Amino acid sequence: MIEPRFKPGDQVRVRKTYPLGHIRTPFYIRGHSGVVERICGAFGNPEELAQMRSGEPRQPLYRVRFRQQEVWPAYQGNAEDVLEVEIFQHWLE
Amino acid sequence: MGGLPAGKVEPTEHDYEEWERRVDALMILLSGVQGHKKLMTVDELRKNIEALPSDAYERMSYYERWVTSITQTMIQRGVITTEELGRKMAEIEKRD
Repeated sequence: MIEPRFKPGDQVRVRKTYPLGHIRTPFYIRGHSGVVERICGAFGNPEELAQMRSGEPRQPLYRVRFRQQEVWPAYQGNAEDVLEVEIFQHWLE
Repeated sequence: MGGLPAGKVEPTEHDYEEWERRVDALMILLSGVQGHKKLMTVDELRKNIEALPSDAYERMSYYERWVTSITQTMIQRGVITTEELGRKMAEIEKRD
């Protein structure tokens, strides 16, 4: 298992890259910055598991909180509204 | 959907057809629960659903996507061959 590099409260940025393959990081969140809300544990890497490989070592998974207004430029809702996405460590910097 | 505009979401309750329950059970069994051999992962299920052409994805129901993806995964892993699949499909078509 890979050791967690981030802790709750840390500011993180999602890598803005678009490789082929099966990737759990949604397109719309790539390149955006948020704050680690919690560490969810560590799980097999889905990008590897999707290709018949072991997925080891397990990657830490984080729940990251983003401001809706930062994610959607035309967002009309409450300025306090947030969006939480679970993202694997290797997608965060 | 997935960050793309898709209009209003209309949630509705519905019963599952018998074949849909079977597809769900098939996925659970192939995932290696209860001491069965693990023959696929949920990530492969998702990968092969994502690989569907967009018109096929739109046309298919939820479990039609699942059964198509499971079949594709079993072929990729060599659990079944296209030869066996084709013969079985022809055999079933002949049933009443």
